Amino acid sequence: MGNYDAIIIGAGHNGLVTAGYLARAGRKVLVLERRGLVGGAAVTEEIFPGFKVSSVADGVGYLSPTVRRDFKLDSHVETIDSDMIAFCPQPDGSQLTIHRETAKTVQEIARFSKADADAYPEFIELMQALAGVVGALGHMTPMDLPEVTFGDLRGAVRVLGPGRKLGRKRISELLRILPMPAADILNEYFESGAVKGAIGANSSLGVSFGPQESGTAYTMLNSWALSGNGLFRSAGVVKGGMGALCDAIASAARGFGAEIRTDAAVASISVEDGRAMGVILESGEELIANTVVSNADPRTTFMRLLDPRTLGTKLLQHVANIKYQGSGLRIHLALSALPQFTSLSTASGDDASARLGAPIQIAPSLDYIERAYDCSKFGRFSDSPFLDISIPSILDPSAAPAGQHLMSITAKYGPYELREGNWDTQKKAFADVVLNTLAEYAPDIRNLIQQRHVLSMPDLESIYGLPEGNPNHGEMILNQFFHMRPIPGHARYRTHIDGLYLCGAGCHPGGGVTGVPGHNAAREILKDSKQ
Amino acid sequence: MTRPTPFHSRTSALNEGQRWEDWEGFLAATMYSLDPLVEYNAVRLGCGIFDVSPLHKYEVRGPDAQALLQRMVVRNLAPSRPGRGFYTVWCDDNGKVVDDGGVFHIAENHLRLTSTLPSLEWLIDNSSGFDVTIEDVSEELVGIAIQGPTSRDLLRKLTNVDLSALKFWHCTDADVCDRPTLISRSGYTGDLGFEIFVRPEDAEKIWDSAMALAPDYQMRPCGLVALDMTRIEAGLLQIDTEFISAKQTLFEVQTISPLELGVGWMCKLDGDYFVGRDALREEKANGTSRWKTVGVELDVTYIEKYFSEFAMPLHLPERSWNEAVPIYADEAQEHLIGRGTSGMWSPLLKKYIVIARIPPQYEKLGSRFFIEEVIEAKTFSIPATVVKMPFFDPPRKKA
Repeated sequence: MGNYDAIIIGAGHNGLVTAGYLARAGRKVLVLERRGLVGGAAVTEEIFPGFKVSSVADGVGYLSPTVRRDFKLDSHVETIDSDMIAFCPQPDGSQLTIHRETAKTVQEIARFSKADADAYPEFIELMQALAGVVGALGHMTPMDLPEVTFGDLRGAVRVLGPGRKLGRKRISELLRILPMPAADILNEYFESGAVKGAIGANSSLGVSFGPQESGTAYTMLNSWALSGNGLFRSAGVVKGGMGALCDAIASAARGFGAEIRTDAAVASISVEDGRAMGVILESGEELIANTVVSNADPRTTFMRLLDPRTLGTKLLQHVANIKYQGSGLRIHLALSALPQFTSLSTASGDDASARLGAPIQIAPSLDYIERAYDCSKFGRFSDSPFLDISIPSILDPSAAPAGQHLMSITAKYGPYELREGNWDTQKKAFADVVLNTLAEYAPDIRNLIQQRHVLSMPDLESIYGLPEGNPNHGEMILNQFFHMRPIPGHARYRTHIDGLYLCGAGCHPGGGVTGVPGHNAAREILKDSKQ
Repeated sequence: MTRPTPFHSRTSALNEGQRWEDWEGFLAATMYSLDPLVEYNAVRLGCGIFDVSPLHKYEVRGPDAQALLQRMVVRNLAPSRPGRGFYTVWCDDNGKVVDDGGVFHIAENHLRLTSTLPSLEWLIDNSSGFDVTIEDVSEELVGIAIQGPTSRDLLRKLTNVDLSALKFWHCTDADVCDRPTLISRSGYTGDLGFEIFVRPEDAEKIWDSAMALAPDYQMRPCGLVALDMTRIEAGLLQIDTEFISAKQTLFEVQTISPLELGVGWMCKLDGDYFVGRDALREEKANGTSRWKTVGVELDVTYIEKYFSEFAMPLHLPERSWNEAVPIYADEAQEHLIGRGTSGMWSPLLKKYIVIARIPPQYEKLGSRFFIEEVIEAKTFSIPATVVKMPFFDPPRKKA
């Protein structure tokens, strides 16, 4: 077995992106994947025969345009956008749809509140401007406080570029809003529960708490920054499921010369005299490389792939303090037909199916989301869960056998550790609660279910290597952001071990199928190897 | 609220002046007699009994118990086997002292750590990857120390084990007054002595049985003043005096490394990883130690001379002191170089001894500098010479 310039642990999308960039720069690269397929949390699996299920991650719009362009993904992957960003059925049988087009959304909102309809354009214009700065930060390598270098300052000036365009007033608005609860900023602009629920749901979708929590305005802005459509979330599907996207990234990486081995689980990273030397596979095989890049989450990297007994106490304390706390179960349903939503009973078939092709949000108010969170705070799953639903087979008929449909639900909130019982015994009960909730909006849902598959947080952990079931490799919260992600002193994709880098969602700018951590890590690795 | 220890019914009855101080949240006797010198004399001539219950105690059990403590403390525990004990300090990642205490190898896969400060979190933070369980038994175990030349003979009357076979810094399970205990031949006085870990419910019984023998062995209950005087003679370090825990310092300058603290001998720098090893290796290799901790003897004739300037007879401190006293390179006090951290007139040695923190170039035996002494509100420079520490190290300690 030959030696490599770089070994990348984990063929999730970020690992593949790093591999591609390193290979493109002429490095001899090997990617090692524990599972039999590439993609990590962004995979397509035939959980039900004939159905192409995006098991964990969906939401395609987030992928970085830079990666899309560099890997020529547009010619190899077909993404199908939805004109609607969110379909939000309400308990009273009405519905609110957020369209890409502001004018259409304003009309929708006007049915709930004239004042909110007036406020909406101003609000999204402000959020777009602020999200621009958050988005620009995403591509930066964070500085290493307190040792800020001139290089960092140049980077900071780059960030200030978009910041400067904001103007003084908006910069102070950004600084005011970032640490706020999403609920507070939404309450400043809107009065209708439906409107606030529709927009605010995204502040809580990726975190374990509700919109009343400080810092959720940042998570909302982050989602806004990544959506790629100027609105608070992306909407659309990858033809063939999320796995098709990672397959295309993998093909491009191979095209650049990277080698990818599946069914090759890494047991440990070899370290000698403070330098990474390669990896040892669970099979016992030893592989040597100048550079080892871990796309595993930081807890796995530091506590399992490295020997924690040889790490400094401060580092162990910081790693132990990383909050994971996954809180969303994934529930996949094979449906015999499209469900009938009460709120669409008078809509035409085309209109109904167009709306259901958008992400469906069961989050009729901020209080509803907060109450759903309250349950998990005390160790129970939500009795009225907040649901984020997609039916990819509407936009991509190949996702399900003809005439049938695939529904994937992210159901919140469930605590990773239940106060009573465990997820093996409780996930069915929670899935029943989820379906009962959904039946309040789409009464025929139960009659349509042919098969169902529930992934609890422990399932996400054991199958997909996501500690505590958090798909983001650590909560996307303000204290785990930028130079504090994954931990202070390790935010520049480098670690305290020479030649060992991190490239996964545990690094800045975090989770979502963006490819940005992988892209930034490759940039830093190449920068180091030139020196 | 400061709490009584399980010995309090007994110790409070003996505490003539009700002089107490706070030791990690517990009431600890400052002195039992009105003159602490009698307690000091007891430790050196008979023996003293101390209530050391406020020490924090942790049981570390499991196949990796020794490996975890080896990672945590600076000292090489490799020769350890059941029955051994070690005094050690431990450091943070920067090689700065966090705390000191004892490691007792009680049985296969079972070690006990005692510490001055609470250490449960520190143990847990360091335990990643080790197959251990950690239990805080600070309240489930209390302790007495019996220290001094007659301590062994007294303890013999109370226990079933052969104490002459128990070597310095060794420990053994033992019945004391038919109650299960762990006896360790260790202490904080630099003398022949024992520390006994007992269950709280047995505390009064054991105390009473020991005190019943006190007249025969010239034993006295002793407080913290006598403890401080004896530990200074023994050259033993005290937290918040010779060092501040790196966990509690506000500024880097307040931290101190084992190499600076005079316990470099216990750091196994060429061995396996322990917390702070790499920083200490660097400090040693680069010679970046800022301090050395040494024993110093003051020239008392100068003190006498300065008293005579006020037509006063020589007056020496009756007890030990624990505050920073300036040390100068020169008599004119223009070059401040260090500080005395604790000191005392040793009634036994008839010497004025000081533990001092000085720059490395003054470390050698015989180095001379000046310590500030205030007499009648006027400062004087007293010549001081670096001497061997411990100041008092009787053969009986290890015999």
